[in-house]
Amino acid sequence: MYPAEFDYVKVSSLEEAISLKQQGDENSILAGGHSLIPAMKLRLSTPKKLIDISGLNQYKNISNNGSHISIGALCTHKQCAESDVIQQNCPALSDAASVIGDPHVRNKGTIGGALAHSDPQADYPGAILALNATMVVKGSSGGRTIAADDYFTGLWETALGEGELLTEIRIPVNPMNANSCYVKFPQPASRYPYVGCGVALSSSGGNCSDIRVGFSGVGEWAFRDAGIENALKGQALNSSSIAAAAEKAAEGKAVLSDHFVSEEYRRAMSKVFAKRAITKVS
Amino acid sequence: MGKYIGESVLRKEDPRLVTGEAKYLEDIQLSGMVHAVVKRSDYAHAKIKNIDTSEAEKVPGVIGVWTGKDFEDVNPMPCAWQAGGVDNNANTPRVLEIDKVTFTGQGVAVVVAEDRNIAEDASSKIVVDYEELPTVVSAEEAIKPGAPQLHENAPNNICMEWECGNQEGTEKALGEADVVVKEQLVNQRLIPSSMEPRGAIADYQPATEEFTVWMTSQAPHVHRLLATAFVFGIPETKMRVIAAHVGGGFGCKIFLYPEYCLVAALARKIERPVKWMETRSENFASTTHGRDHVTQIEVGAKNDGTINSLKVTTVANLGGTLSTIAPGIPTTLYGRLLSGTYKFPNIYCGVKGVYTNTGMVDAYRGAGRPEATYVVERALDLVANKLGMDVLDVRRKNFIQTNQFPYLPADGITKGLTYDSGDYEKPLNKALQMFNYGNFREEQKRARDEGKYLGVGFSTYIEACGVAPSAWIGVGGEGWGAGLWESANIRVHLTGKVVVTTGSSPHGQGTETTMAQIAADELGIPYEDVEVKYNDTLGTPFGYGTYGSRSAAVGGAALFNAVQKVKQKAVRIGAHMLEASPDDVVFEDGKVSVKGSPDQAKTIQEIAGAAALGYSLPEGDEPFLDETAYFDPPNTTWPFGTHICVVEVEKDTGSVMVKKYLAVDDVGNVVNPMIVDGQIHGGIAQGVAQALWESGEYNESGQLVSGSMMDYAIPRTDCLPSFELDRTVTPSPTNPLGVKGVGETGTIASTPAVVNAVMDALSPFGVTHLDMPLTSQKIWNAIQS
Amino acid sequence: MKVSMRVNGVDHEHDVEPRTLLVQHLRENLRLTGTHVGCDTSQCGACTIHVNGEAVKACTMFAIQADGAEITTIEGLATNGELHPMQKAFWENHGLQCGYCTPGMIMASVDMLKNNPNPTEEEIRHGLEGNFCRCTGYHNIVKSVKAAAESMQGGA
Repeated sequence: MYPAEFDYVKVSSLEEAISLKQQGDENSILAGGHSLIPAMKLRLSTPKKLIDISGLNQYKNISNNGSHISIGALCTHKQCAESDVIQQNCPALSDAASVIGDPHVRNKGTIGGALAHSDPQADYPGAILALNATMVVKGSSGGRTIAADDYFTGLWETALGEGELLTEIRIPVNPMNANSCYVKFPQPASRYPYVGCGVALSSSGGNCSDIRVGFSGVGEWAFRDAGIENALKGQALNSSSIAAAAEKAAEGKAVLSDHFVSEEYRRAMSKVFAKRAITKVS
Repeated sequence: MGKYIGESVLRKEDPRLVTGEAKYLEDIQLSGMVHAVVKRSDYAHAKIKNIDTSEAEKVPGVIGVWTGKDFEDVNPMPCAWQAGGVDNNANTPRVLEIDKVTFTGQGVAVVVAEDRNIAEDASSKIVVDYEELPTVVSAEEAIKPGAPQLHENAPNNICMEWECGNQEGTEKALGEADVVVKEQLVNQRLIPSSMEPRGAIADYQPATEEFTVWMTSQAPHVHRLLATAFVFGIPETKMRVIAAHVGGGFGCKIFLYPEYCLVAALARKIERPVKWMETRSENFASTTHGRDHVTQIEVGAKNDGTINSLKVTTVANLGGTLSTIAPGIPTTLYGRLLSGTYKFPNIYCGVKGVYTNTGMVDAYRGAGRPEATYVVERALDLVANKLGMDVLDVRRKNFIQTNQFPYLPADGITKGLTYDSGDYEKPLNKALQMFNYGNFREEQKRARDEGKYLGVGFSTYIEACGVAPSAWIGVGGEGWGAGLWESANIRVHLTGKVVVTTGSSPHGQGTETTMAQIAADELGIPYEDVEVKYNDTLGTPFGYGTYGSRSAAVGGAALFNAVQKVKQKAVRIGAHMLEASPDDVVFEDGKVSVKGSPDQAKTIQEIAGAAALGYSLPEGDEPFLDETAYFDPPNTTWPFGTHICVVEVEKDTGSVMVKKYLAVDDVGNVVNPMIVDGQIHGGIAQGVAQALWESGEYNESGQLVSGSMMDYAIPRTDCLPSFELDRTVTPSPTNPLGVKGVGETGTIASTPAVVNAVMDALSPFGVTHLDMPLTSQKIWNAIQS
Repeated sequence: MKVSMRVNGVDHEHDVEPRTLLVQHLRENLRLTGTHVGCDTSQCGACTIHVNGEAVKACTMFAIQADGAEITTIEGLATNGELHPMQKAFWENHGLQCGYCTPGMIMASVDMLKNNPNPTEEEIRHGLEGNFCRCTGYHNIVKSVKAAAESMQGGA
């Protein structure tokens, strides 16, 4: 409840934030604060300087530019959950946003903050992977994009470089993403997912033409599940093919265990929730 | 019944609570007040070799840093309930530990600073040099040979051994039974988690050597007595204890904690008011926990379902040191309840209380009685299961019958206390009018065919509350080092407005309202004319406080008796005013009138005025209507009822959903139905939570792994259904109000109802017992095997 | 650092340490102690207030983040001594016992009805998942919110 001392700067431009961030590892970006402040209150995180980017209003919009949905990094979970554009074009993302924390957390927490924090138990990553999103990042040497598949690199780690900020999340507009969902099996106390499964699926003539599956909560960081995808691609979509594909969930992946649930159970639940998610979009 | 008793009068407490005006402990600011932060042990079992406070002392704004050695003159906390001969090895906490810690989270040093942030900063700079010792966290492991030893005076970590009933007779009956069911039942550790954590503020006046201490307290008079007479060795008159608004307790604020005394010692040392308020993390680690029993049961039954014997042996984990009444919980409040609502002819209960490297365990809502009820109500289901009988048939077969009251349970397990009144079929039958059991069994069958697993569980429980009498429970009896009577004072002021003060110390129960209802009805005055004051040792009569569902049955009865005294005096003064003989007048509807001439009357307000002015009083009467009563009931009260829970278990995940929860309770007469129902709702939620979600867990090195709300699953709004309640009314003959008590019934009754329901749902898989909490993983594992 | 905000219709300016949480600022500097602290992991919701018209947990914001904000706390809910319909509903339906979670619960409920004036029981239960109560078992809280929704619609 009592954070250590720090300096605070509210920036008026992204460039200012980037330059401050580059001055030191001990400087942290503050967006909605809903990942950072809880850690600071317990002194698990003790940044030297907080760089508040919440005033950068240009990163608070959601729009459809035809080829992709653009989501500003400072959009709140509430915005993402309630946006018509997201609900229609990439419902997996609104599904995930709507089950993060609780209404008050969703009012303040931002998608960019959550993704930059890369909590293994967060909800977005499973959806982001299923939706084949692209992260737009900016640093002092300019901007670049990172594919979702390359973004989650380790426990609390991402492909964001030092001094780079996540500014936008792009979700391709296509029928597959429009046919997506995210389902979650929450831990009863924290409500973080034991298993969070995002699926985007396209089909023609009752066959699965393409599928992307992403898992949150299962491993040390979020991952795509090629085992499920390969098992279902090209197959007729029916309960037995879906069940057979879901059986592949997390195969070959390192799965977390903690004092709540064992690896075995988490693995089994990955199968159950993969099946539920795929069934929902089939 | 009068105008108010029996009515759902809206609470007097609420306007200040819904507006945020009520002041809780943390809201109090005193001039010159400084802030204390306790440095806590990171180890569960370690010797304290050295504490280096030098860096902490350098932090600007720090007033001082102290360790246990600075308070060697302050005695350890007392253990006030020495059940089972515990007195020879009562190891209790000190304000700060000096040589050794026996659980993670014990205080070893304290920082006082101008503000809380500075105190936290400085606390993180204290360096404690520990010598780590081997740890043991399970009570069963702690009593095995070779286990780490916590206290020299407690070989094998055994704090006390206690028994009740007849071991020989019970063994013999088990031998004569047609079937014997054996099971191990674990009643897991729970963490009370009142929404307001603990805190204390102390102010000290050097000239008079007087303390004023604000505490998050359920029992200010008891806190004062223990702190002064036992810890500081000063007259209790030198301390005033005030409980501000208290944000829930559920037992954990009954006890005298080290920090409460520490702030007083600090205030005396630095002569400034000192505030300490724990964080939620500290609350998890350092406030008392509840339950934590491992129990072996053997139940003998005849083929027709008649139970002839119950043998219970329990190992109770008491933690690293003893909290204030810890030994009484797994003994008196547990073993003496093991007959339930049933006429078991042979009962034996043996209990070992054990020290381990875990947080202190003491009373948590229900305190011993939920553990006992869980044993009894699970035993009934296990027997039914074994015999292939319906769970309700077995219950009915063994119910104590209405013509057996007052009922004395077998083998002296209640040590002479009889069940006051009861009719156990009645709430069961009423509940079955609300819940169609036959239809449910058909629906359950259909659902199973569709792969849905429904289950129903019953709990036809009894509980003991308004725990008393003093002579029974006290030092010569059950070892409780005090009395358990309660007090009330009532003053009728000149204008006829009334102030009631009570020794009860409510913290959410609505006692301010129910006491006002009692006083208003008995005096025949408007409810609005009664103010009820409490929670302050200055201005209230000595009382033992609020816990054990005793505020109405003991405190309310004390008030009732005080009002009778006022009425008797009012009759004398009224008669005098009417120039009649006291024998010729009656007190009715707030008036004293001449018998047969209702027009010749004086209102209580007029009488109060006359009494306060004192111009003309009957010979021998003193001025003013001001009476105090102390009520020590002849017996505890014995509420009972039927709870029914319906669950659905999801086969592929093992998740449990509570579909329906229904309770028909008999808590005797009811003063305020709205408040009574509210108590039952809250109790059910906590009992369901034990069955399904909550579990206080330590790892092998004694770290609390469920040490935050991220890890300890307190139920949220969407975990629970709305509850369906009804009641039957069997007045208690033990007090003039005929009330029994309701604060704990919900918690006591509900846990086994839920577990029984889940086991019923799992019966197609051949599962007969799983330990709580019934997590999805546990159930899924059971289904898999 | 200087921080100014409008709280319950009154402008306040204070000098605060950056690490001062908004809830500490409200409680200690503004002496608005109706907003309570029940945990340190941003879960219990006892500190729920409205910032710029939205329910937030005041323990998960620094005061400086609320610079220039419009804030309503439980103390600002009643108008001219008249309880807000939600406060009244909690009183009339016994939606509180110890009262510690109540200010946060009421603020959360008011926010919920703003977004969904006529919620079902299920929606109420989900809408309050960020607010813990240890006393009521939530039964009468749900009842209170339903009653408030009815009375607020009737009055609108």
